[in-house]
Amino acid sequence: MGRLRKLLIPGVDKKLLLRDAVKTMPELTRRRFITAGTSLGALTLLTGCDVVDSSSAEELLKKVSKFNDAVQAWMFNPDALAPTFPESMITKPFPFNAYYDLDDAPEIAGADWKLEVRGLVDNKKSWTLDELYKLPQVKQVTRHICVEGWSAIGSWTGTPLRDFLKLVGADTRANYVWFQCADKDGYNSPLDMRSALHPQTQMTFKFADQILPRAYGFPMKIRVPTKLGFKNPKYVLSMEVTNDYKGGYWEDQGYNSFSGS
Amino acid sequence: MTSLAVNDHQAETAAPAKVIQPVWVRIVHWTNAFAMILMIMSGWQIYNASPLFGFTFSRSITLGGWLGGALLWHFAAMWLLMVNGLTYLALGFATGRFRKKLLPITPGGVIADTKAALTFKLSHDDLSKYNSVQKLLYAGIITVGVVIVLSGLSMWKPVQLHWLVALFGGYDFARYVHFTCMALIVVFLVIHVALALLVPKSLRAMLIGR
Ligand code: HEM
Repeated sequence: MGRLRKLLIPGVDKKLLLRDAVKTMPELTRRRFITAGTSLGALTLLTGCDVVDSSSAEELLKKVSKFNDAVQAWMFNPDALAPTFPESMITKPFPFNAYYDLDDAPEIAGADWKLEVRGLVDNKKSWTLDELYKLPQVKQVTRHICVEGWSAIGSWTGTPLRDFLKLVGADTRANYVWFQCADKDGYNSPLDMRSALHPQTQMTFKFADQILPRAYGFPMKIRVPTKLGFKNPKYVLSMEVTNDYKGGYWEDQGYNSFSGS
Repeated sequence: MTSLAVNDHQAETAAPAKVIQPVWVRIVHWTNAFAMILMIMSGWQIYNASPLFGFTFSRSITLGGWLGGALLWHFAAMWLLMVNGLTYLALGFATGRFRKKLLPITPGGVIADTKAALTFKLSHDDLSKYNSVQKLLYAGIITVGVVIVLSGLSMWKPVQLHWLVALFGGYDFARYVHFTCMALIVVFLVIHVALALLVPKSLRAMLIGR
């Protein structure tokens, strides 16, 4: 994973990167990372008691996690919709959540930003925000569920991703749509194609009927109500339609890759 | 040593009725205890990422090191817990064990046996018959086990299994149900281990059958 990360963000010092990430983590996680040494991808999963050789336990756990990916893909019903809620149930204020403080959230100038479209698509043209805003939009009020356990109901408006994929002539038989984001440390995340084509999966431009604020991912986030929150990338820079599993920021550190809900 | 082993063997074949805990019960019981402990310890670490109450669990008693590691443990041990639990339920019903061993449970019986237990008058001569307190505790903890698995599944797949999460009163409420079941299991475990140590021959039966 380290090699992969270096390829993705050349010139980034891994130790510095770790120190930054650690600074913004909750206290418990931070201590964990410090004791884990400087390998960001290392999963030292056992605490105090070393009853199992931790590296072989790790290997086994990773295998089970892959098995869980397969089970979740099998359980995934492309027609099952995430429950929707009345606007009165929207959580206020909707939490900001990231591995950094709000002050460190990307500040993107909408006029300069362009969505890059790469990979197995017919039309690789980049899209300005104005062009994207002209696409038909729909609103959803759904529950955002965080891997940490909390959840919050929000209102997101934007273009169904499947409509956009059709528009750019994406090969929808490909395995993944892979998103690269502007978050510091280069956030990225793969989305399996069946989830990408789910009717509620959305390129989001508005939160609570207002232009998406910086805190929630301006200029564009991908809202996937059938996935945990970390599979809903914010500050998206590019999407790539690909057959390759390219890993992701949290996925590489051990969060289950499918993480469907 | 040899003759002893032979005698043991003869006793077993001559009088199979002496087996108090059949081997399948012993296997699923200890597998369950192992899986439960993995689930509880990793669950505490997951809880710490977003506590429901004003406390967190000390990291020295949790498993996984951080949220991601704990989730890997939790979603691995859940298979052991579920497959083992389903085996226990299937065999428990199919062999008639539940009906024979855990029923009937009457309020009168429970009160009488609790009184007897507290005054140390409860008989443990026939370990093959559970008293009313045991019946209540075991039937109760089996139910709690079913609820904790179902509430856990509902939170794991709140969209695919949205009917299940609705049954638990929504996602947020399911978290409290899941936590409450965990707390009940921990309380059960403390009482259960204490009672097993108080009547060591019951522990022996759960280990070697007789
Ligand atoms: C959370 C973990 C545990 C659960 C859910 C659990 C549950 C149960 C259940 C349901 C039974 C009745 C089984 C049947 O008759 O079909 C039982 C029996 C028994 N368990 Fe556990 N158990 C756990 C852990 C332990 C531990 C750690 C010990 C070790 C001290 C233990 C010792 C025993 C013994 C000795 C019996 C038979 C007792 C008797 O004759 O009443 N259990 N357990």
